[in-house]
Amino acid sequence: MKILVAVKRVVDYNVKVRVKSDNSGVDIANVKMSMNPFDEIAVEEAVRLKEAGVATEVVVVSAGPTQCQETLRTALAIGADRAILVESAAELQPLAVAKILKSLCEKEQAQIVILGKQAIDDDSNQTGQMLAALLDIPQATFASKLVVADGKASVTREVDGGLETIAVSLPAVVTTDLRLNEPRYVTLPNIMKAKKKPLELIKPEDLGVDISPRLKTLKVEEPPKRSAGVMVADVAALVEKLKNEAKVI
Amino acid sequence: MILTTEQEMIRDSMRTFSQERLAPFSAEWDKTHAFPAQAINELGELGAMGMVIPEEWGGAGMDYMSLVLTLEEIAAGDGSTSTIVSVQNSLACGITLKYGSQSQKEEWLKPLARGEKLGCFCLTEPHTGSDASAITTRADRDGDHFILNGVKQFITSGKNADVAIVLAVTDRAAGKKGISCFLVPTSTPGYIVARLEDKMGQHATDTAQILFENCRIPASCLMGKEGEGYKIALSNLEAGRIGIAAQAVGMARSALDAAIKYAKDRVTFGAPIIEHQAVNFRLVDMATQLDAARLMVWRAASLKDAGKSCLTEASMAKLFASEVAEKVCTDAIQIHGGYGYVSDFPVERIYRDVRVCQIYEGASDIQRLVIGRAIAQ
Repeated sequence: MKILVAVKRVVDYNVKVRVKSDNSGVDIANVKMSMNPFDEIAVEEAVRLKEAGVATEVVVVSAGPTQCQETLRTALAIGADRAILVESAAELQPLAVAKILKSLCEKEQAQIVILGKQAIDDDSNQTGQMLAALLDIPQATFASKLVVADGKASVTREVDGGLETIAVSLPAVVTTDLRLNEPRYVTLPNIMKAKKKPLELIKPEDLGVDISPRLKTLKVEEPPKRSAGVMVADVAALVEKLKNEAKVI
Repeated sequence: MILTTEQEMIRDSMRTFSQERLAPFSAEWDKTHAFPAQAINELGELGAMGMVIPEEWGGAGMDYMSLVLTLEEIAAGDGSTSTIVSVQNSLACGITLKYGSQSQKEEWLKPLARGEKLGCFCLTEPHTGSDASAITTRADRDGDHFILNGVKQFITSGKNADVAIVLAVTDRAAGKKGISCFLVPTSTPGYIVARLEDKMGQHATDTAQILFENCRIPASCLMGKEGEGYKIALSNLEAGRIGIAAQAVGMARSALDAAIKYAKDRVTFGAPIIEHQAVNFRLVDMATQLDAARLMVWRAASLKDAGKSCLTEASMAKLFASEVAEKVCTDAIQIHGGYGYVSDFPVERIYRDVRVCQIYEGASDIQRLVIGRAIAQ
């Protein structure tokens, strides 16, 4: 069984980004970039399925500028077998990525596609869902547990009310949540082996995909600075403020 | 000096490991003098205990640049752990790879490289460190055995090691050519851990005095030829020195980072102290000197990777990095003010850990002798 994992190269979670002076976006020049943390969890889960004998091959894919090769090499070092980069310097929004992944899925015929639930740069939480819709296959999002057996995936999802377990037939799209697994530390020999694993470069045009953006960013600005809290004399005063000033009750 | 993508991956993944699995425990290990057994196991699983050993012998098959990047990251997390790792890589594995017989390599090199077994290196004695050829531990032949008698001093991992590389005199009359090298399982009767030193720093390493008391070993424990011991002991100097230089840089970097963080937080006379020029310039000098030290380490490692001799460059790197590291650490304490003197902050511990880098694996005076000879040629 083949598993396809999609990974995104994003600003490292430790970096404190700054808004550009023209408010068009955040400044990512010379900033540390890493694999999206939820995607690390996705790669880890796929590799574990291979180690358990459930999957036979893990193919990792990404879409973006040429530096995404580094992100793919990390995925290969975690244990993926083969990588594909759909290379493009253009802005790739979730719908474009979903279309690219649809094309790759049709080519690769993977039984399971695993993505992180969202990327920590845009927090869209759309690509996995759009991909499932485009492919007309089931989706199981926010997975905190994944069990694959008899052509079905049993997925426990983290939802607002608690945990929900569903069964989906394969092929299916799964998106990962934080508690699905704890990614391994990459071993040094595996980093050396990753060098020799295949990494294919293709272009969106080769897949016949229209990647033009559908959304336009109007303005990016800093969130308002947090001001100090207000001390109140008693509970009555607190209730009054919550009711009349904050208007939350 | 630009790193390859792979080298960056190695550095980044070791940094993550070190900051998550070593740094949070460093203070506790220092206080309790606990041997970081769990961390050493995990490092073994990552392949960090036999980094430049070929894959066929259980190693990671990496280059020396990758080794120094890894050692710097480990040292930035915990100094003691980096010493254990450096000794294992350069001395235990390095010597066994070069001089071990096929059966010795089968029995010991694979487990050492995989971190399944720990090694130590017994050369120094109570009366002689720098003057290595003056060792007096004897290996007397008795049929198809040797009997070891003598005392070894300041042996890193002497207590926790499974196997010891031991230098002993087999022919007193032959001077330097009368020293031989042995691979001795530490479980052999007569290998006695006589004492553990109570050190200024690096409390998590066990630094042992080993007493060999009629320690009887089969002649097959001989590594290399009889009389080759001195040559064997000197053979891994380059790698050992590069390793120590890398760990000194890592420890100093950790102290520098702590000092920068403190200087941004601490406010005096109306401003964070990092904005006071005296403090700022002190940090600048620390950062610049440390960067120079790092580049010297990288230069020596690159020469070694290119198959070129680098004894002078390795000595220079070790000498410079260890002395700069002490200065960086003492300045880091100064920047912390009173808080630099208490154990709640890491800098006093890092200072205590780094101080020995100027002493072991070739004291600074010896490095100067080596460099002096080289420049006068």
